[in-house]
Amino acid sequence: MAVTLPLLILVLPLTMFLVLGLLGNRMSHRFAGVLGTLGMGATATMAYIVAFTYFFSGSPDFIDAQTGDRLQAIIFNVDWLHFYKDLTIRLGFLLDPISALLLVVITTISFMVHLYSNGYMEGEKGFQRYFAFLSLFSFSMLGLVVATNIFQMYIFWELVGASSYLLIGFYYTKPSAVSASKKAFIVTRFADLGFLIGILILSFYTGQFTFTDFTSALVDGTTNVYKVSEASAEAVRNIFQTSAAPMFMGASVLTWALVLIFMGGMGKSAMMPLHIWLPDAMEGPTPVSALIHAATMVVAGVYLVARLFPLYLMEVSALEIVTIVGAVTAFYAAMVACTQVDLKRVLAFSTISQIAFMMVALGVARPYIHEGMGYMAGMFHLFTHAMFKALLFLGAGALIHAVHSNDYTAMGGLRKYMPITHITFLIGCLAIAGIWPFSGFFSKDEILSACFEQHVFWGIWMTMVAGLTAFYMFRLYYRIFWWNEPDYGHHKPHDAPWTMSVPLIFLALVSVCAGWIPFGKLVTWNGEPYHIHIDWGFVAPLSLGVAIIGILLATVMYRKENALPDKVANSVHWLWNCCYHRFYWDELYMFITHKIIFQGVCKPIAWFDRHVIDGAMNGMAFVTNKLSYAIRGFQSGSVQMYVWWYLIGALLLGGILTVCIL
Amino acid sequence: MLYYLIPSLIMFCCGVYGFITRRNMIAMLISLELMLNAVDINFVVFNRYLHPEAMEGMMFTLFAIAIAAAETALAIAIIINLFRVAKDIDVKDLNKLKF
Repeated sequence: MAVTLPLLILVLPLTMFLVLGLLGNRMSHRFAGVLGTLGMGATATMAYIVAFTYFFSGSPDFIDAQTGDRLQAIIFNVDWLHFYKDLTIRLGFLLDPISALLLVVITTISFMVHLYSNGYMEGEKGFQRYFAFLSLFSFSMLGLVVATNIFQMYIFWELVGASSYLLIGFYYTKPSAVSASKKAFIVTRFADLGFLIGILILSFYTGQFTFTDFTSALVDGTTNVYKVSEASAEAVRNIFQTSAAPMFMGASVLTWALVLIFMGGMGKSAMMPLHIWLPDAMEGPTPVSALIHAATMVVAGVYLVARLFPLYLMEVSALEIVTIVGAVTAFYAAMVACTQVDLKRVLAFSTISQIAFMMVALGVARPYIHEGMGYMAGMFHLFTHAMFKALLFLGAGALIHAVHSNDYTAMGGLRKYMPITHITFLIGCLAIAGIWPFSGFFSKDEILSACFEQHVFWGIWMTMVAGLTAFYMFRLYYRIFWWNEPDYGHHKPHDAPWTMSVPLIFLALVSVCAGWIPFGKLVTWNGEPYHIHIDWGFVAPLSLGVAIIGILLATVMYRKENALPDKVANSVHWLWNCCYHRFYWDELYMFITHKIIFQGVCKPIAWFDRHVIDGAMNGMAFVTNKLSYAIRGFQSGSVQMYVWWYLIGALLLGGILTVCIL
Repeated sequence: MLYYLIPSLIMFCCGVYGFITRRNMIAMLISLELMLNAVDINFVVFNRYLHPEAMEGMMFTLFAIAIAAAETALAIAIIINLFRVAKDIDVKDLNKLKF
């Protein structure tokens, strides 16, 4: 494939960022919005062409003619920072199933969000700045997914963090938005510390950075085409095992490296216990939540694990940690989502829970269980979740736009006033609940099958979470669109303008159809095509059953205004309180940072700095000052006294010298 | 050699004595010149007796004389200006420059 198109995919959003960022103030709002949207539309078109070429052209660079395996192609890879021969940082473009998939996801959602923002952000101060940041984010995210080496990924990883920070704090005059953006930045930065250490361990032992060197082998007769190979991952493991110190604190060093890299992913993907930033990140504009905090950036952690998956296979204990973290987070977030009243917070916790689903899917994937079905399922869910969660967030944006409140207590009975939003939101809810034939059913079903294949415990656990998902989504749905209608005054809510409805309708259509994509043929962990079959004997009826139970429960409790929800909440009062306060994680973090770190560590250090270090410096100045005060009487103003002193001094010095020489 | 060094020493001591005891700045300047000339003599004498083949001492003397002339001109200029400002050239009264 020629270099032009892939290069343009990266360059165009960056150019848009520079143009809108530098010249935005001279443009009208409308022009800036249209320019940004058209730029993203062009990027999306190019990304589609690239992904389509990758999946369907049958070129020998992308697919093995004999076996039909999908290959990894490095389109370009340029030296960016050359330190010395073993340490060169490259920037490049790696095209393989997951990067092609993510190119499509990112550009689609980003384009939809651009279009939607034209309506949603109309008349806001800093409209051009908003579009500039959106372009910056799109550029960084695209750079992240096509990274050829772990350094490039880290660079763009930080860039998406920075653009997320900028967009969460878009309303920078609002103190809650400012503190939310700081929280997001600091928590993810703390996680990235682990990521960086992991990268350093991995590259210190192996001396290489390129993903294809870790996980794949060069295809014979080519220079830039690779095939996923367990042998390469085994070679990496052997390097660690034969090194001087293969074990550290009871686990192998490779496990440590992989777990530390996963820690970076935990931060970005809001896994427990680093999830606390994501609910607060909802302070940003709603389209931003749809793009960054639901569909694209937060799945970067999943993508990272998927990218290094063959290495994780070498250390099964690391994969088990991924599974456990994912499973606990999924359950926790689903519990919390059942009690929140802020519409966007519910969606945020639902996002955490769904990303945890993907993590679990990756964690339970093994090559000997149906060709690594979990990997495929995780990526499939990433795709479908991006679509229906972006849809739900954009729908939430339309609702907030209409009633000017985030609280669903201010909503109710809206199905009459906002039919388009109602239908699309319902489709989103059905998709996330996993109802056949909506897309969420297919991907969730694959995840649950993979869990059951790995261990029945994980299967039951995740099925339970899937039931909770259906319950909290329909609780939200009924509270917004049914329940009891509050007094809207004479400003009746109404559907949003076409710029906002079109993305909703498009994403709804995708959410309906996406499940029928033969995903196993396109994305598998080693590129070998895999045929998805839905297990109608056990897993599919089970997952469908729990989803329907969840929906029915929500229908009974929330369809019409009644006292049942309060009764249930009161009967399990302590549990409800715990969930409502998110199991006191924020309070725990407050306690650790304020009471332990600030009081116990920072205060003594500040005291030491102020009294010992500053004290030494001030002491020197003080001594000099006093000494000069004591001897200033020598400067009498009488020239001849000076001469006397000089003469005596010179004679003494001469005398001493003479004595010494003699 | 000693016959030359003893008068030069006497000249130097006279210069030092004069510089310390005289209050008039012109007199102090004269004492200073006396010291310089004593040093010049020393240069020439040591050159002549210790290293007759070299010329550095002579050259240095010429150099010092030239510098002394310039320096005297400068000092006179300062003294004149001082006199204009303070109407006085007695160093005892010119003790404003102290802490």
